[in-house]
Parts: sequence; structure tokens; C-alpha cells
Amino acid sequence: MSEHSTYTPGNAVEKWLDDRLPIIRFSKEHLMDFPTPKNLNYWWTFGAILVMCLGVQIVTGIILAMHYTPNVGLAFDSVEHIRRDVNGGRIIQAVHAVGASMFFVALYIHMFRGLFYGSYKAPREIIWILGVLIFILTVATAFMGYILPWGQMSFWGATVISNIFSAIPVVGENIKQLVLGGFAVGNPTLNRFFSLHYLLPFVIAAIVGLHIWALHVPGNNNPIGVEVKESRDTVAFHPYYTMKDLFAMVVFLIPFAWFVFFAPDILGHPDNYIMANSQVTPAHIVPEWYLLPFYTILRAIDFNVLFIDSKLGGVIAMGGALVMLLVVPWLDTSKVRSGTFRPMFKWFYALFVINFIGLTYLGAQPAEGIYTVLAKVCTAYYFIYFLVVLPVLSRIETPKPLPTSISESVLGKAHA
Amino acid sequence: MIGAIDMFKTKFIIAAVAAMVGLSTVSAQAAEAGAHIERQSWSFAGIFGTYDEHQLQRGFQVFREVCASCHSARLISFRNLAEPGGPGFSEAQVKALAAEYEVADPTADGGVRPGVAADRWPSSFANDQEARDANGGSLPPDFSVLAKARGVTDPFPNWVFNYFTGYQEGGVDYIHALLNGYHEEVPETAPEGFELADGKYYNDYFPGHAIGMAPPLSDGLVTYEPGEDGVTVPETVEQYSTDVAAFMMWMAEPHLVSRKQTGFVVLLFLVLFAGLMYATKRKLWAGIEH
Repeated sequence: MSEHSTYTPGNAVEKWLDDRLPIIRFSKEHLMDFPTPKNLNYWWTFGAILVMCLGVQIVTGIILAMHYTPNVGLAFDSVEHIRRDVNGGRIIQAVHAVGASMFFVALYIHMFRGLFYGSYKAPREIIWILGVLIFILTVATAFMGYILPWGQMSFWGATVISNIFSAIPVVGENIKQLVLGGFAVGNPTLNRFFSLHYLLPFVIAAIVGLHIWALHVPGNNNPIGVEVKESRDTVAFHPYYTMKDLFAMVVFLIPFAWFVFFAPDILGHPDNYIMANSQVTPAHIVPEWYLLPFYTILRAIDFNVLFIDSKLGGVIAMGGALVMLLVVPWLDTSKVRSGTFRPMFKWFYALFVINFIGLTYLGAQPAEGIYTVLAKVCTAYYFIYFLVVLPVLSRIETPKPLPTSISESVLGKAHA
Repeated sequence: MIGAIDMFKTKFIIAAVAAMVGLSTVSAQAAEAGAHIERQSWSFAGIFGTYDEHQLQRGFQVFREVCASCHSARLISFRNLAEPGGPGFSEAQVKALAAEYEVADPTADGGVRPGVAADRWPSSFANDQEARDANGGSLPPDFSVLAKARGVTDPFPNWVFNYFTGYQEGGVDYIHALLNGYHEEVPETAPEGFELADGKYYNDYFPGHAIGMAPPLSDGLVTYEPGEDGVTVPETVEQYSTDVAAFMMWMAEPHLVSRKQTGFVVLLFLVLFAGLMYATKRKLWAGIEH
């Protein structure tokens, strides 16, 4: 990528360093001079917002770990100790808890942006795949983090979700015991989840590094999906996008701060203020909101298919819903990236977004009556969208004519 | 013009973020079944909410004289009562109060000693089983975070607005309703075929209606001292329940006032900062068609 570099070492020390570890050159190329399409809209700021979210979670998390005790008898009270007695603890704890939700808000928006603008298409498949891996790891990290306060929802959420493993034929029960460190959720579970919850964010950070590396090979996609053709299609990342991203981050922090300071508990569940008790089952066991779409898919399969019973079927559906994302670049073969120029795709995409919100809503409802029917319909559309709609549209749809370049599109817009 | 488009996009994104958070979240569901729970007017609600010291002191009196005989509050220390944002007792008052209690201490002569301000609120029972035995098999829940461990369920779409109003008083609304929800006999509004088990009491708001706790409050049960200005407060169940619920909210969230005060400053800063950032960004991009 040295072709973007305008770096000349300013003095003898920089020259000496540049010959041995060209870290200043690298930073200048990738964090400052990197040519970025000039027509990116605000949906593109969520990548930077996500980096901020990960940073916030890691920093607050490390501080929380200094005061937290991963023991079934002490964990609940140690979280309260942080809220009551640790200097700034109530804000750090609230930022971490609310931060998880904000992380997923940004993550979902980032993924839906990619799905609309075809950011997963060649030559960006690896970026997308790494992104899906980040998403799956983030789900796992958040899930394990929710166990740590050791409230009723922590305990029962862990109990329900770890049962997923027991659905696997033959080895399922053994895998479940390996994950939990026993026959049921208990102290060994809490300890290993704490350990993994501390480890995984650093794994995520490493994959984020790869994600950005892979991004910096072809460069950014953009709202019209036409590749950069000449230098006037782009601006330098710094100061143009550093400034725009920083502005977006500050705006994002406004709802974030609203929840932290004025409604820190509204995104959680009151039952999690009751200490975990294996003898008392809550009336409704609901995972955190960001896991609800996949929880709905898990519960939607309440019927047996041939030799696959409903429990295993649900697990396959839920796992499939995630794993399928990995092959999206090969399901959608349309040459046109941006949904803006795909008249039919647009509508199916809009329906997919509404359907996903529906899946989220249904996950919080009891599995009875009309809700089970709706859950099946929404689950079906989730799969149909990827497995039928995208491949078929790629073949039958006539896209609108594309602008020849970013510059042409931008000028057209400005004069319109 | 380009600025206007940016503005529109920004608004759209903010709206989308809000909608996603709003639409997709589970609302409080702890207290289900039972009658509709009326929202009370709490001094600590809203972005400028603060605790009413006098109310917390009255609530503490109700807690100490009535509730504490069965309910523990294991996370509360005597010293908390003198901390800013709370009931506003003086350190001397707290010291004197703590000394009235005997605290188990294996390192003291005879295993007990007078309490000090740093001690936790002593429980009436040595363990859960003892508490159950004394209460007909029911365990009186600990009060420390109880006000946050209860909630109310709002039907769609009402709960959506809670995200924008910051409604966090479901727990105290439930506690207030519960304390006023007793019936001497099973009322006609009870579910069909409802039979009250021995040793249970009928309550409109308790899940399943059969609660193990006898009606704890009655009019005139606690004597409120008139204030220095001679103002008296009614000695009614309604008043007691409101006061004790407020005190329970303070126990669950002792730093609520400073949290909200900080939050106001933080939000004000962020909004102004975002404005400046926007102006800078716009100026920077002014010469670029995008």
C-alpha cells in the first residue's frame, strides 16, 4: 500500500526508525492518507463507532474486573459493591452494561448497511466473513458477560442456553458438561465464563485488526457501489473522515449517556436484581434484547422433521441463521452492489429489516397463541431472504443504470 | 444544501437508533397478572429528580419500626444513612443509632458488640431457614435492591415511551400498589375458582394473588413527629407505603441524585460538543462535493 504514502522521515531519528520499523509510515498511510470514497454517508460511520464501543467495553471491563468477585456466593454482592462503594463505580458499571446494548445497536446497523449496499461482494468477501465472526464472538462475549452479575436472569438464561448443547446427538451431554464445568450452571460455570469473558474481547480486537486490514486492500465500498476510478473520487481519511466519524461518535454518545445516567436499568430485566436461585424459576426467562431474534428462531422450530426432533431442529435453525451469513457473498450474485440501483431488491430488503425487528419483538413474547405462528413466519422469511430471494433476484432483476463514477454521481446529485 | 442533507441523514440515523432500541427491548415483566398499577408521583422521577429528605426519614422510620422485623437489608450500612443524597442524618445520629443494635462479631468478647457506623444493617434472622420458619414458610425478601427487582408491565405501545421518558419507577409503583392492595376477604375480582390457602392473604397486585405477608401497615401504626415548622403528615397506609417505597428506592439506588445531576451536565456537554463538531465537520467538507 506504499503507493498512498507521502511520508518522508522528518529527521534522522524518524529515518532510523523508518528503516527498521516503519510504524510512522504505516500509520500515516492507513490512518491519515488512506484514500476513501468521498460519497460515504452516515451509515458508514458505524465502523468507527464500533471501534469506540469495543474500546469502551474493554476499558470499563478491565476496571470492573478489579472489583468483581467471580464466586456464586459473592458475585451478586460484588456488583452491588461496585455500584455503591467503588469511586465512580456506578457510572463505570452502567456504561459497561448499557455499552453492551449500544454495541449491538451499532453492530446491527453496521451489518444492515453492508447488506443494503452489497459491501460483502467481491472483492470484499473476507471483510464480510471476518465481520460475521466478530458478530458471533460478540454475541458469545455478551452472553457470558450477562452471567457475571449472577442474578436470576443470568442464571436461568445460562441454564436455558447451555441446554442447546445437549441437543447435539451422541456427544451433546458431554459438551454441555464441559462448557458448564458440571451437570448444571454453578460456580465452575461462573469462573470459566468470567475467564472467557475477559479473553474474548481481545480476540475480537485482533479480528477487528484483520477486518480493517482486509478493508484496506480494496478500500471502502460506497453508497453507489461503483469502485473508485480516479483520485478525485476520494478524499484522505484524515482529516475528512476522522472528523466525520468523531462527530458521529459524539452524536452516538448522546442516547448512550441518556441510558447510562437516566435509565440504566431499562435495558435489563428487574429479575436480575434478585440473586440467582436454582430453586426458583422466573415466570419468563428472556435473554437480553440483542439475542432475541436468534432466540425466536430457536423457539420457532417446535415440530419434528423426520429423525430430527424439535430441540435439535431449533438449534440447527439458530446456528444456521448465523452460519448462513458467512456464505452471503455467494448467495447474492448480482453484479450491482448498491441496493439503490436494484428496484426489486429494495422492497425485499425493507421487508427483511421489518422482519428482523419482528423476530426481536417475538423473542420477548411468550411462546403461545398467535406469537408461535408469527415466529414461524418471520423465521421462514429470514431464511427465504438469503436462500431464495437473493439468488433469484440476482438472475431476474434488471438493475437501474449505474453512474460511471463516484465523481459523476456526486456532481449529478449536487446539480439536481 | 449539502448540510441540510447531512442533517436529514443524521436525524434519520438517530431516529433509527432510537427505534431499534425502543422496538426491540423487553420491558419489565416481574409483576404480572393482577390489576393495573397506578403510577405515583415520585420526587426522584425524571431527569431533575431528587430524593425528599423528610420522606426518606419517614420511610426509614416505617422500615425500622415495621418492615425490619422480618426483612433484611444486607447491603445497607449504617453509614449510608449519613451520606449525601440520602435521608440526611448526621454522623452523630448514625453513630447513636448503630450503637442501639447488637452486632454479631466472632472476634468480640461474647460474640456480640454494639454496632458502629461501618456495620451492615443487622438482620433479624441468622439465616434464610430461620426466616422461613418464623414466617409460615415464606422467605421475606431482602430490601437492599428490592425496589429495582420489581417492575410493572406496560402494554404495547406504552412501554416504548418509557425509553424516552426514562421511566425507572416501576418497582416503587409496584411496592406502593402492593402495600395498598390487600383485601380482608377474597374479592369478587379474584380469578374464577380462586381459593386462598391457609396462612395466605389476598392481594390484587401480587403475582398469583396469594401472598404470605400479612397486611403490614395500618392507619396510625407509626407515629410521625411533626416537622420543625409544625407541619404534620397523615398517618395513613397510603402515606406510609409511599414513604417506605421511596426509602426502598434510596436503598436500591443511594447515588441516584448525583447520577442524575452528573447526567444532566454530561448530556448538555455532549449536545453542545456535537454542535461544535458538526460545524467543524461542515466547514472542513465545504469545498468538497460529496
